[in-house]
Amino acid sequence: MASLRTTSRLLAASRPMFRPAFARTYATVEPTPSEQPKMKTFKVYRWNPDQPSEKPQMAAYDLDLNKTGPMMLDALIRIKNELDPTLTFRRSCREGICGSCAMNIDGVNTLACLCRIPTDTKSESRIYPLPHTYVVKDLVPDLTHFYKQYKSIKPYLQRDTPTEDGLEFRQSPEDRKKLDGLYECILCACCSTSCPSYWWNSEEYLGPAILLQSFRWLADSRDEKTLERKAALDNSMSVYRCHTILNCTRTCPKGLNPGRAIAEVKKMLAV
Amino acid sequence: MNSQKIAQQSLRRLAVQQPFAMRSTMMRSPVAILGQNIQKSYRTEAVLTKESRYRQVTSSPNTEDPNQILVQQRLRRPVAPHLSIYKPQITWIGSSLHRITGCALSGTLYLWATAYLASPALGWHLESATMVASFGALPLAAKILFKSTLALPFTYHCINGIRHLVWDTGRALTNPAIIKTGWTVVGLSVASAIGLALI
Repeated sequence: MASLRTTSRLLAASRPMFRPAFARTYATVEPTPSEQPKMKTFKVYRWNPDQPSEKPQMAAYDLDLNKTGPMMLDALIRIKNELDPTLTFRRSCREGICGSCAMNIDGVNTLACLCRIPTDTKSESRIYPLPHTYVVKDLVPDLTHFYKQYKSIKPYLQRDTPTEDGLEFRQSPEDRKKLDGLYECILCACCSTSCPSYWWNSEEYLGPAILLQSFRWLADSRDEKTLERKAALDNSMSVYRCHTILNCTRTCPKGLNPGRAIAEVKKMLAV
Repeated sequence: MNSQKIAQQSLRRLAVQQPFAMRSTMMRSPVAILGQNIQKSYRTEAVLTKESRYRQVTSSPNTEDPNQILVQQRLRRPVAPHLSIYKPQITWIGSSLHRITGCALSGTLYLWATAYLASPALGWHLESATMVASFGALPLAAKILFKSTLALPFTYHCINGIRHLVWDTGRALTNPAIIKTGWTVVGLSVASAIGLALI
């Protein structure tokens, strides 16, 4: 990583000294000259920790959609680049694999990089941080507790007995297939923060994302601590605050099904 | 030569176990601790980091403990808006209606049962005959309105309850099925409530 950074620094040094006043990024698209501007309003939740007494407010930004990339993240990056550099949000991969840009867009939790900008220019788009999270700044939520909960379910293979031949732990294609739809979770917290039950009980209720991961390890044929894992979940709060509201399944930007995973966990606990 | 070899081996081991520690060691004195081979393979790295070693760092004369700033910030963080901004969807609206109708129905039952129990002592007339007579005296529209306001929560809660039982078996838990069964429950409960109101 460090070597990469230094290389890019060298590259930057080799660039010409004069630069255009505003550097074009991939979030910006060269407009075709004849087109009419398609202005759309984006309302973004703002809160600055340096002025904690000021209440959170919605800031409005107007962008020409002809000059903006297709995704919400493009719009946010363009706002930050060209309109307001103080706007703060997390983003990294811009292709839905890192989960950094999870936020509430037009009322639904999703990844900004996977969410197309609605082309209807009459209606405004509203962007909020993940619901019922503590806001660090603007669109950045505090996910410390979420990660702690993830750690609490011991998300790794637990096994005491080695294999007979001393090689890796193998499983049949059928057993491997049980993990499909579970291992793809990127822990963006979209589902957990869409769950009203998690809003009211996040201290003790694990929430859909963590329960999906619980099921991922319960369903793994190589794991030998299934009983311990079940015992850790078998209380009134960890799992059973799930009331099958299914906002989680509805909102998952990766198309996974936390609701079904929780139903399977409940079935495993009941038998 | 031997000492060089030992140093080389220990460095390799370090590089495998803790690549980060390795990097910072390299930065501090790249030449002094390196065997010739390693020096060769890492030379580019050493040259490149040299420039970053002497980079100017600007810092404010702020002597406040950064952890304290964080603690202060954490105390004041607002909670992001939730119920008021989340898009109304059949999933959570349906679920909240299920709970509201459940509470309303059981609440009505408890209230009514308590009132019935206490009615002789309080001198109220809640016997079936009086109730039937007073209900019969109402105009037709009021009758239908009264019956449907009682019937709709009941039918919705019952039919949605069946949906929940199906879900508990792990079935119909896909996005299309959730939406379809949700609106089916709404349709069925309205239809059956109208049916009950017209009896």
